[in-house]
Amino acid sequence: MTGFDLIAPHLPVLTVVIPLIAGFLTPIIGWIDRRLPWYWVMLAMFVVLLIAGNNLVTVINSGTIHYKLGGWDPPFGIEYVIDLLNGFVCLIIAFIAFMVSIYSKESVKKEVPGKTTPFYSVFLLLITGLMGMTITGDIFNFYVFLEISSLTAYALIAMGDRGDGVVASFNYLIMGTVAASFILLGIGYLYAVTGTLNMADMQNLLPGVYDSKVVLAALAFFMAGFSIKVGLFPLHAWLPDAYTHAPSTASALIAGLMTKVGVYAMIRFMFCVFTPAFVIDVNMTEILTWAAALAIIMGSVFAIAQSDIKRMLAYSSISQIGYILLGFGLVNVVGITGGLLHIMNHAFMKCALFLVAGAIFYKTDIRNIYQFKGLGKKMPVTTTVFLIAALSMIGVPGTVGFTSKWYLALGSIEANQWIFVAVILVSSLLNIVYFWRIFDNIWFGHPHEIENIKRDEAPLTMLIPMVILGILCVYFGFFSGDLIEHIFEPLAKTLLGLGGVP
Amino acid sequence: MSGILDIVYAEYNYWIYVTLMMIGFYAMIAKKNLIKKVIGANIFQTAIFLFYVSLADVTGGTAPILVGGHGAEHAADVIYTNPVPHCLILTAIVVSVSTTAVALALIIRIYQEYGSIEEDVILAARRELKPEFSEHARQKGVAEVGRQ
Repeated sequence: MTGFDLIAPHLPVLTVVIPLIAGFLTPIIGWIDRRLPWYWVMLAMFVVLLIAGNNLVTVINSGTIHYKLGGWDPPFGIEYVIDLLNGFVCLIIAFIAFMVSIYSKESVKKEVPGKTTPFYSVFLLLITGLMGMTITGDIFNFYVFLEISSLTAYALIAMGDRGDGVVASFNYLIMGTVAASFILLGIGYLYAVTGTLNMADMQNLLPGVYDSKVVLAALAFFMAGFSIKVGLFPLHAWLPDAYTHAPSTASALIAGLMTKVGVYAMIRFMFCVFTPAFVIDVNMTEILTWAAALAIIMGSVFAIAQSDIKRMLAYSSISQIGYILLGFGLVNVVGITGGLLHIMNHAFMKCALFLVAGAIFYKTDIRNIYQFKGLGKKMPVTTTVFLIAALSMIGVPGTVGFTSKWYLALGSIEANQWIFVAVILVSSLLNIVYFWRIFDNIWFGHPHEIENIKRDEAPLTMLIPMVILGILCVYFGFFSGDLIEHIFEPLAKTLLGLGGVP
Repeated sequence: MSGILDIVYAEYNYWIYVTLMMIGFYAMIAKKNLIKKVIGANIFQTAIFLFYVSLADVTGGTAPILVGGHGAEHAADVIYTNPVPHCLILTAIVVSVSTTAVALALIIRIYQEYGSIEEDVILAARRELKPEFSEHARQKGVAEVGRQ
């Protein structure tokens, strides 16, 4: 008990420190026995999940956690701040990472043979970067974690398909470097006008210099940088290749988390470093909504043209990121609630879909959707999860996708922007088009083509995380009311500065 | 004419960093050679470091090493330059070095796979869709068969 008391005040920072240390210990563990790193990663992720859950409960019960690194007081030292928003994002990261780590065993063994130990080491460092980006309250510290997560993502992607993987990774590296440099420049501009690096302190100091062109330039650099990082439509060029050619496990992790954390960072900078009033005043939100609407439509259109399932899911990701940003661009409570909800939903759905794509590739070596004939008979559980997640992506009532799209549509109506309601509707129809081709191939083959197919399901370590994510897609479709009422709506009000959570 | 020169001269450090940054940015976008792209990225990042460092300078300031001793009585004696941007840039240099290392490692792998580090050669190899080069090509080739 005393041991726990000793650790308890340091729980916030442990979400970052545990994956960091575990990541560096992985090579030693792998050197002892090559099968051990999987158990090691699962253990580390499970502990992080518990801590992240505990942090969120603490935040809900007793308000925002402020953790001073090294005991230095905030404006000078680095401060970790966990409020409802990043406590919640941390929990999603920990949960998805835990699910993916369970799944990874067989998939990694097959797709990155002989390199499992480095893979897991980099996996843990990626989680470190993402956790750090989410949890930190210091903008330069944020930049460092951003680069940690980017560098590890380049490494993970390069471990994928021979040839394609490295080229995709190199393209991502060049674009990611531009993005990170823009963000660094933005940080420099803000430091020049305020002389502080602490987010909360900066939000207090910035209103005095809002008429300065430097602040405007900083905002523009941040938005451009984050738009590349999240793959917002015209700046998405790195994303499809990177998602397609990464190993399945890494695709699921990167698709499920990287862009979500990028979106979180964008929100954090828009609403918690700058103020909503300023961002609206310079028309940034309006630009964002239109870019998002374009992303929603174009992502879906491109997805229809793909024959590789992972590439199709990547384009679908571009359109889903559009949904999230549309919600935030509307800057009203309902829209932001929808956006926040969609961060969670999209993490579940897209992770489940990529895990399914990985499981199919593991069993059959096929990624081409025109070859999926008879899969419904061969892998019934896997394809059922695919069906649920895809229906959720389309937004069928009873799944999570419906709830968030409903809120986004309501938000658009409230903002008197009927055109975005039309955009959401059209995109849902396009979603049906591209997912239907897969349903058609999986379940509706000619009888003579599928009569000889035996049931040959993916291994249990792959099935469990997929099924859990599939169940969550349906569960939150029916029971997200409490979550919306107690977490998302107060959160949306806080972000807009309308009060709500203390 | 002299008016423009005065404006440039008054804040010449910013003009230098913007010029360098654009040179780096141009190299990253326009150069076909992957190594040159990485060099461009380095120039781009270094330009930003210069911006930070020039930002920290105070006219007549000295290195931020304590002169005299602690305490309020010594505070007014010396003007120090701002040490914080220097520290930030030390970190950013480390980040930049690791990015370069990863990029060069990737280029070695690309050279092993494609036998070239020229972008157009690599693109041509990918466009020919040789299955031995590309998983994408393999899947796409199968797609054509599947559709027929």
